[in-house]
Amino acid sequence: MDKNITSADELKTIRRIMEESTRFLSLSGLSGIFAGLFAIAGAMVAWFLILRHGSVRYDEFFRSLSEKQTLVLRWQLIIDAVMVLVLSMLLTLWLSKRKAKLAGKTLWTPVLRRLVVNMMIPLVSGGIFIIILLIQNHIQLIVPGMLIFYGLALVNAGKFTYGEIFYLGILEIITGLISSIFPAFGIYFWTFGFGFLHIVYGLFMYRKYEA
Amino acid sequence: MKDLISGLNKVFESRIRLGVMSVLMANESYDFNGLKDTLDVTDGNLASHLKALEEKKMIRVNKQFIGRKPNTSYSATKEGIRLFQQHLKALEDLIKTQ
Repeated sequence: MDKNITSADELKTIRRIMEESTRFLSLSGLSGIFAGLFAIAGAMVAWFLILRHGSVRYDEFFRSLSEKQTLVLRWQLIIDAVMVLVLSMLLTLWLSKRKAKLAGKTLWTPVLRRLVVNMMIPLVSGGIFIIILLIQNHIQLIVPGMLIFYGLALVNAGKFTYGEIFYLGILEIITGLISSIFPAFGIYFWTFGFGFLHIVYGLFMYRKYEA
Repeated sequence: MKDLISGLNKVFESRIRLGVMSVLMANESYDFNGLKDTLDVTDGNLASHLKALEEKKMIRVNKQFIGRKPNTSYSATKEGIRLFQQHLKALEDLIKTQ
C-alpha cells in the first residue's frame, strides 16, 4: 500500500520534471494582453499621427506625397513598429522573469535557449525579408510579411512552451495570407493580428493557467 | 509480487537520479546548471548523483567550452533509457495492481 502511494507519486514527479524540462512555462498570459495593447497603440499612432487619420489606404496616400515625404513617413512607421516590438519584448521578458521568480525558478534555462533559437530563425529571416521589401518598395507586402513570419515563429515556439501558442501562430499566418490579398488594408490586419489576436490569446492563457 | 518489483532498478531509487533521468529522457542533452535549476538541488549533491549514474553507464558526459567557459552537459545512454523505461513500467504495473 505504502509502496503504491510512492510509486504513483514518483510517476507524477517524473511527468512533471519531463514537462518542465522540455517546455518553457514561465511565459505569462499577461504578456500577450500587453503585446496586443501595444500593437493597438502603435496602430493608432500610425493612423492618427503618421498617416494623418483616415488614410487607411496608405498606398493611395503614399502616391499623393512627394518622394521626400514618403521617406520620412516610412521611417516614422518603422520606428513605430520597432517600438511596439521592443516594448512588447521587454515586458514579456519582465513578466516571465517575475513568473519564474514567484515559482522559485530561474528564467534562463536550456529550454528557453532552445525556444529563443527556434523563434529567431523565422523572425530574423522575416526581418531581413521585410527590410528587402522596404528597399524594393513593396510596402503593401510588409504587414503580410510580418504576420506570416511571426506566425511561423509562434508555430515553432509551440514545441517549447505552452502548446496553445501553436494555434495563435496558425491564426497569425492565416491573417497574414488574407492581408496579402487586400494589401491596402494592412493597418486593419496589423491591428487584428498583433492586437486583437494577442489580447484574446493572452486572456485565454491567463484565465486557464494563472487566474 | 516478486515479478512486479524485479523491474524496479536500484540505481533509480534516489529522487535526484530519477529526476536526472526524467530530464534526460525528455531532452537530448542538458547542462549541469539546467539540471540544477530544474531539480532544485545543490551542486555537490547533484554532482555525486551524476557521477553514480555515469559510473553505471546510464548517462554520458560531454565536456565542452562555450567561449571560455567550460560547460558540462549530460545525455542518457541507450542502456540508461532502456533501464529507465523498464523502471517506469514497473512503477506503472505496481499502481495497476492496487
